[in-house]
Amino acid sequence: MIDSLFEVRASYVSVSAMSREPRLEVECRAQSKETEGTTQVLDEAGSVTTADPTTETHSEEDLDLPWQVVVHNDPVNLMSYVTMVFQRVFGYPREKAERHMLEVHHKGRSVLWAGMREPAELYVQQLHGYLLLATLEKLS
Amino acid sequence: MEISRDNNDIEISELDPFLAELLRQIPASASPDGEPAAEQRLFSSPANSKETELCAEWKTYVEPELRRLFQSATETVTEDLKQLNGNEKSLANRTLRIPAKHADAWLCALNQARLVIAAKNNFTESELGDHFRSPIGSRRDLSLFQINFYGFLQEFILRDLGD
Repeated sequence: MIDSLFEVRASYVSVSAMSREPRLEVECRAQSKETEGTTQVLDEAGSVTTADPTTETHSEEDLDLPWQVVVHNDPVNLMSYVTMVFQRVFGYPREKAERHMLEVHHKGRSVLWAGMREPAELYVQQLHGYLLLATLEKLS
Repeated sequence: MEISRDNNDIEISELDPFLAELLRQIPASASPDGEPAAEQRLFSSPANSKETELCAEWKTYVEPELRRLFQSATETVTEDLKQLNGNEKSLANRTLRIPAKHADAWLCALNQARLVIAAKNNFTESELGDHFRSPIGSRRDLSLFQINFYGFLQEFILRDLGD
């Protein structure tokens, strides 16, 4: 009976000394430049449009953007469990959840989400509810 | 021991007294018992220590919620484990049925137990990856076996949820 238990090949998220640059999953934002009372906006396609300066303001969201949800390696958590948690918390498809899980496994951490502080905090709270090592980091 | 799915519930049958006892120890094993390393692992910091305000708010508002969540999961598991009540002799070839709606609570309690045992014993990564360590010759070996056994149950429940 016990022998059968040892046939189980549980996989664990393991530590790796490798580091990586954090990857933001925030969409590219348009660059803007004010010229003579109007604002020229360079969109992602590279074309320039002119916008009314009175409507071109920085919202609180823009100012509060640089927060990221980071999941750190933990050798105890099962790989399949971590994948399931990423699917549930972020609604990621299995392939994407597995990619992030493997990033944690091989590189020690993975940036799961980036954006405003409030939703980032909620994500971290949910991840802690699943007992994952997750932190909220402000991008400098 | 056999583990199977029966009408969406998970059935663990032909349990011998040793494995039945390990199952009965899940709630106790999931408790950090004031052990700082275990406490720190279950309630890890949400940010680096420079974010003092965030960490303080977290301790005040979020941590109690997490404690309730973890407590609720272990209570559900404790209820299910009442099926295994009895003396050692009566535990032979017993069956434990885990209702499908309790699967999440079991996943949570098993994970808590594994993390707490690992933290209390300060297991290294290579020890955790050694699934062929036997026989059980010390309390430490038994704790490692417990982690692997609970991990096996977690894997089965996860596979079951995925189907």
